[in-house]
Amino acid sequence: MDEEYDVIVLGTGLTECILSGLLSVEGKKVLHMDRNDYYGGDSASLNLTQLYRKFRPDQTPAAELGRDRDYAVDLIPKFIIASGELTRILVHTDVTRYLEFKQIAGSFVYRDGKISKVPSTEMEAVKSPLMGLFEKRRAKKFFEFLQGWKDEDPATHQGIDLDKDTMKVVYEKFGLEPGTQDFIGHAMALYLDDDYKTKPARPAYERIVLYTSSMARYGKSPYIYPLYGLGELPQAFARLSAIYGGTYMLDKPIDEIVTDASGKFVGVRSGNETVKAKAVVGDPSYFGAGKPIEGGKLRVVEEGKVIRAICFLKHPIPGTDDADSAQIIIPQNQVGRRNDIYIAMVSSTHNVCAKDVYVAIVSTIVETDRPEQEILPGLQLLGTIHDKFVSVSSFYAPTSGGESDQIFITRSYDATSHFETVVDDVQNVWKRIIGKDLVLKKREVELEA
Amino acid sequence: MSKQLQFKLVLLGESAVGKSSLVLRFVKDQFDDYRESTIGAAFLTQTVTLDDQTTVKFEIWDTAGQERYKSLAPMYYRNANCAVVVYDITQAASLEKARSWIRELQRQADPSIVIALCGNKADLSARRQVSEEEAKKYAEEEGLMWAETSAKTGEGVQEIFTAIAKKLPQNAPPSARGGRPGTSARTGVDLTKQATGAPGQNEPCNC
Repeated sequence: MDEEYDVIVLGTGLTECILSGLLSVEGKKVLHMDRNDYYGGDSASLNLTQLYRKFRPDQTPAAELGRDRDYAVDLIPKFIIASGELTRILVHTDVTRYLEFKQIAGSFVYRDGKISKVPSTEMEAVKSPLMGLFEKRRAKKFFEFLQGWKDEDPATHQGIDLDKDTMKVVYEKFGLEPGTQDFIGHAMALYLDDDYKTKPARPAYERIVLYTSSMARYGKSPYIYPLYGLGELPQAFARLSAIYGGTYMLDKPIDEIVTDASGKFVGVRSGNETVKAKAVVGDPSYFGAGKPIEGGKLRVVEEGKVIRAICFLKHPIPGTDDADSAQIIIPQNQVGRRNDIYIAMVSSTHNVCAKDVYVAIVSTIVETDRPEQEILPGLQLLGTIHDKFVSVSSFYAPTSGGESDQIFITRSYDATSHFETVVDDVQNVWKRIIGKDLVLKKREVELEA
Repeated sequence: MSKQLQFKLVLLGESAVGKSSLVLRFVKDQFDDYRESTIGAAFLTQTVTLDDQTTVKFEIWDTAGQERYKSLAPMYYRNANCAVVVYDITQAASLEKARSWIRELQRQADPSIVIALCGNKADLSARRQVSEEEAKKYAEEEGLMWAETSAKTGEGVQEIFTAIAKKLPQNAPPSARGGRPGTSARTGVDLTKQATGAPGQNEPCNC
């Protein structure tokens, strides 16, 4: 600990580990620490012992759940969208060699009291109960419009300006019913609320294209998932960092962020040791999140709360054709809310739990002071819930960019269903640290004997 | 019909016992007296020919220094078919460390893992602190393979890897718990490949 580093990274969540990996490849001398004795921070996957330690410290795991080591229970419910930016980073950095992926079997949407598959092929669309016959024709015209759109060819624009006209205007042009709008905006563009409708349509257009191109990539759903749980992702990037010289210390209490008189970062204190570095990167929990401010600087602010209920089931979710994994979206309008409710389910097929166990996480952004009531529509879709671990966590954002004090704080994991906002944060923090946009370089080819 | 079997091999042992040097000798038949701590190339492969019919390809994982503060990720042990646990015959304490790594393997790795205990720096036997008898006895008690090696002279290096290759299962998939007999046998999706039959980006909705 007596060396001086370019960057100290605090917390081994996915955001921090991607940054650590990329910074190490860039040639920075990185020290990466975590207060926990496991990798992953808030994006870890826990075995039963760790899960109980976190949620029920006074109990030991029920023996009938099976072997401890068969479990890797995600703390945040997210999937990887196949054609998204995270996939691009995984491929470019070559960490895919440490990981194995499987498809998520199905993507479903809740409407009028039941769930239906989000159509992934024309055949499914024709049979889908989500739209009536005439609505299917209108929707077809709408998707043809999106598919044919070329920025440079005004003939494909049909009088629409994606940068000025709102999504509402686009929906109205094609005469789409509110239920169809719900399905497109929430189950395909993956918006959590309806604010997008009154904003220019381009981001929605891009999100629908991302969804459909991801869907086309592997067929069953737009999502892929790493075997052994999401916690494999930070581990893989940590390994990348270590291979490029990054130093790793788990189980290390972080007691103080040391600054000089002007408030600029100097080092990190653990016990009576202080390690010095030019800059620090870390998740909000290392910078006062959830703690009272005592004379110190307010470095992070709470932006909202997410409730997540990790549910163990002994059966697949009813109505999903016994899918081994699924996403179910309950659009807010369907249950009189402002934010969607999500269900993400994986099973032993993904090596995250014992055979015949299914792990479903029901989550939403908290709107009232009775958050457990808010997720009831999601819980009710699951059938008998064998066991349930509920948490309400605040999500935080930094109060400043960090350029002036060299303290760069990442954002908490939000309620979106995939990792694209995590990659946005990685790119954003990178630019704040390095001063330039992140450009992915291909890793050197391995030595093959 | 000839077959190639692929196995994941992990290296363990205290810092500076010569884990990387051992692999460098095995894979490239090289040695560097002043090798720095492992940086850059921690994913190597090497093939051992057992007979006309069978070759064994090792996918070798180096610790990349993550062992230094006991921060190896569970991923490291995951699906490992064999492990080489290295100690330095001139450092008695390194055998103690090796014992603790072996306990860690017994706890974290698949029960069927093949473990070889390897006393490196055999060329420095004048400064020996660990006797052959002591190490061998321990290996026998724990059911481990054992050998002394010198990454510097090459003594015993090829032999121990070949011995491991022979001890690994030659028929069934190596691990009951999803171990990968070979990358070609991966059942999941390959991110590096574009979808077959689905033309590239901006593919329109299929609805």
